[in-house]
Amino acid sequence: MNLDYHALAPEIAVAATILAVLTLDVALPRRLKYWTAFAGVIGLTAAAVPLLTLAFGGGPGVRVMLGGGYVVDDFALVMKALFIVGGYLVLLMSVSYIEGDRYYQGEYYLLLLTSILGSLVMVSSRDLITIFVGLELVTGPLFLLAGWRKGDKRSNEASLKFFILGVLSTAILLYGMSFLYGLTGSVDFEGIRTAGADLLNSGAFRLAVLFTIIGFGFKISAVPFHFWAPDTYQGAPTPVTAYLSVGSKAAGFAGLLLICYQAFPSVTEIWGPALWILAALSMTVGNLTALRQDNIVRLLAYSSIAQGGFILVPFAAAAATSDPRVIQEAASATIVYLIIYAFMNLGAFAVVMAGARRTGTATISGWAGMAKHSPRIAVLGAVFFFALAGIPPLAGWYAKFAMFLAILRPVDPWTVALAVIAAVNAVIALVYYAKVAKAMWMDPLPADGPSPELTSRPLSGSLSLAMGISALFVAVAGVLPFQLAGVFAEAAKLITSGI
Amino acid sequence: MEFFDSGWGLSLIVFLPAAGALLLFAIPKSRETAHKWTALVVSLVVTALAVIAAAVFDYGAAERFQFEVAADWIPAIGANYHIGVDGISLPLLVLSAAVTVLCVVYCWDHWEEPRNVRGFLALMLLLATGMNGTFVALDLVLFFIFFELVLLPMYFMIGIWGDDAERRIPVLGITVKTRLYAAIKFFVFTLFGSAFMLLGFLALYFRSGDFLGSNTFDIPALIALGSENAFGSGTFAWLVFGAMFLGFAVKVPMWPFHTWLPDAHTAAPTVGSVLLAAILLKLGSYAFLRISIPVLPDMAREWAPAIGLLAVIGIIYGSLACLAQTDVKRLIAFSSVGHMGFVMLGIATMTDVGFNAAIIGMVAHGIITGLLFFLAGSLHHRYHTRDIARLGGNQKLMPWMGGILAFTAMASLGLPGLAGFWGEFMSLVGAYRPAAGLSAGQFQAFMVAGAIGTVLTAGYMLWMLQRVNLGEPKEEWAGRTFADVGRYEWLAWIPLIIATVAIGVYPRIVLGATTDAVVNLARNAFGG
Repeated sequence: MNLDYHALAPEIAVAATILAVLTLDVALPRRLKYWTAFAGVIGLTAAAVPLLTLAFGGGPGVRVMLGGGYVVDDFALVMKALFIVGGYLVLLMSVSYIEGDRYYQGEYYLLLLTSILGSLVMVSSRDLITIFVGLELVTGPLFLLAGWRKGDKRSNEASLKFFILGVLSTAILLYGMSFLYGLTGSVDFEGIRTAGADLLNSGAFRLAVLFTIIGFGFKISAVPFHFWAPDTYQGAPTPVTAYLSVGSKAAGFAGLLLICYQAFPSVTEIWGPALWILAALSMTVGNLTALRQDNIVRLLAYSSIAQGGFILVPFAAAAATSDPRVIQEAASATIVYLIIYAFMNLGAFAVVMAGARRTGTATISGWAGMAKHSPRIAVLGAVFFFALAGIPPLAGWYAKFAMFLAILRPVDPWTVALAVIAAVNAVIALVYYAKVAKAMWMDPLPADGPSPELTSRPLSGSLSLAMGISALFVAVAGVLPFQLAGVFAEAAKLITSGI
Repeated sequence: MEFFDSGWGLSLIVFLPAAGALLLFAIPKSRETAHKWTALVVSLVVTALAVIAAAVFDYGAAERFQFEVAADWIPAIGANYHIGVDGISLPLLVLSAAVTVLCVVYCWDHWEEPRNVRGFLALMLLLATGMNGTFVALDLVLFFIFFELVLLPMYFMIGIWGDDAERRIPVLGITVKTRLYAAIKFFVFTLFGSAFMLLGFLALYFRSGDFLGSNTFDIPALIALGSENAFGSGTFAWLVFGAMFLGFAVKVPMWPFHTWLPDAHTAAPTVGSVLLAAILLKLGSYAFLRISIPVLPDMAREWAPAIGLLAVIGIIYGSLACLAQTDVKRLIAFSSVGHMGFVMLGIATMTDVGFNAAIIGMVAHGIITGLLFFLAGSLHHRYHTRDIARLGGNQKLMPWMGGILAFTAMASLGLPGLAGFWGEFMSLVGAYRPAAGLSAGQFQAFMVAGAIGTVLTAGYMLWMLQRVNLGEPKEEWAGRTFADVGRYEWLAWIPLIIATVAIGVYPRIVLGATTDAVVNLARNAFGG
């Protein structure tokens, strides 16, 4: 076996951190357990270093290992950077939250880091087995994390729902994958790609492709496979929800990108229409349901379903054409959207935590008049929520712009129809995002509102840092998106090289 | 001047206000005077720059874009930071910069509750960046960004400082605060339009690649394609024009997309209404002249009768609605629908006369209606009501205020010699002989309807004046004294009054810049 340890360094660093956290958790007395969080932060920072040396240090652009089953290229690096930075922000958000609960700190970080490790493995995988192992490594720890507040009935419900549907989706995915292997005789994407071209008319093969897509549909909570998401999001501890909506969702999309563009490029007529429908449904159902929510976490759950629909839109564009440049642009749009979405959504969840700390609630009505007592949180809240709505000059506009650019490129009535659906949805989404901003800025502070003791509670430094980093990204990427765009074009070139 | 030729001048006009907004947050919240002076100095510098730009502008080549800057912005999609002004955008840029200053001055001692000087001024400056940027942007993506940039500040302005009265929403059957309803309605309507506008822009971008080899968002490049009629007159062009039409027509707003306007204008704080009426409405009509017509001339001609019809309906509808209003501010808001109808009728004629009418109409409407909203705000400030039925005898209570109101109402109804006259007159003249290929009979019918509109306009304005200004003060004001026009009000209004007279007697102030540009526009688009 010929391993490239430089290429594997991020995974090794995270794995080592996991062991360190495990050791520290056993060795440290209870009052010092928060050191496990520091270990996690330091470990993720260490994991980011080899990413930079790999990206900018010269050397081969594509590093292939394990007979082509494990690849570190620009796409993998971009996605790994997203997972590590996203994980870093979630860690920052978790520190004071988990410390406040006073139990199982070490285990919490252990599981979170394990899930991050899973996503790092997943984006490098180029065969069915590795991608499956990676995906399960992402989801497995999350079943436990979702139920972390075990005294809380909702948290139990969250965990159970997530578990049952998660296992169901795994079963579907595996079923599809086993068919794929049986029909094509290979587990690696290249083999499936080559063999798949001859299996176009095989009903079993079509079924296998659909099952695999549906399996990932659960992971990205696309409508109609989204039923677990709102309850799980609402019941899980907020930092875990943030991670679910960003980290594990991005992992699901990374998997979908790999599967669609690397393994199934020859059968676009199967997954193209399927993802067209998923995108249209997710946007519409997610947005319309979000309109009626008062709980902000639930609102963000539906909003993230809708955002997932927007992220799916470029897939339909890729399926409608055979022009490699158009397909590349579609892949790049998905990646751009994922990254910008990650920062906007993590920021929004950080604001939810900060707001909940100051008001004792995470409902829109409970946040009325927040600008009066916590103007900074209200400013950041407006920034992230309007960024999610795609209002310039905040970064969200570029995500939507790239998505529209991708979907309108192929001249096809179906893609134009999807673009129109997306445009209408962008407007619907504004209504509920603005509702949160309205409550914070325009509604009066009710007489029976949060008490002064509550509204003057300090925020932890780490939570403020998480909000600050996200806000900085959202502001800068909105005005100057060009650096981003260039990197993603490169990444997209590699992911679509199979076509 | 080198400073402008190097491109820095225009960039400063666009970004200085935003920088000023950030600067405000460096000053502690309690130091209100410092905030006011900062905002004033920033907006004065911007206006000075705009005036210098107008002074060094080469009027002999007004059809050319001047003071251009073209720098890479998002190379991955070929979007550039390309800005510049020509004769069409220059008057609007100066107007936009100047009105911002006057708003800062007017604000000096008029603060709506909840008092937050820093926040209000910061939003105003951010708004200025969006407005100035839209008028100089020569790249579709850049244009889109600036066009949308005005939404957030205006949303917060209306939503936070707007009219606090409860209001029943007819269709939904719920009761909400007027400011909240108006703010979200404004936001959703405009965003709905601009979502489709963006789709139209992207379609142009993709199609441009068929002719140029590479796709472009560059407006001058697209105009050059348009003058060769590259985009043709098929379904594609029809859809693109329609998509952009939605975006621009909502912003103007044209009937039947106007319903956000009376709510937003009435609910907004005084300065918000002034900026909405004076500048934001112009973004839509300007976009027709800048993008829709030169890029898709054939479609413009095909859509012209429809645009003209909607414009005329807007004129008549706006006037009739004005007759039914009981609220001074709402009346002025509906009068905007009518006045923008004249602007759009001018554009619909697709002639240089009509385009000229549109631009001078936009400038005049900005000045006059801006002043009217200032007056409505000041009246409300003193009487604490805008109910026309309760006002009356204003002339006796506040002679100066009454005088200015009378003057502005006359200007608004299009009295010759004042600025409002030229826009209406020229757009009717333009409608008498529309561009080749358009049915003269149809447009002459529009002209007649528009002429009836001018009569109605005179009717509702004079009636309003009679009820507000003349007669005896109502009993409830007996024994009360009212402060007449204050120092900051004078400072804010005198420039507008002067401009109204100046443009009225010497329209070349505006037309001198625009004529060559619109003649060129009409020639390139329609070959005559």
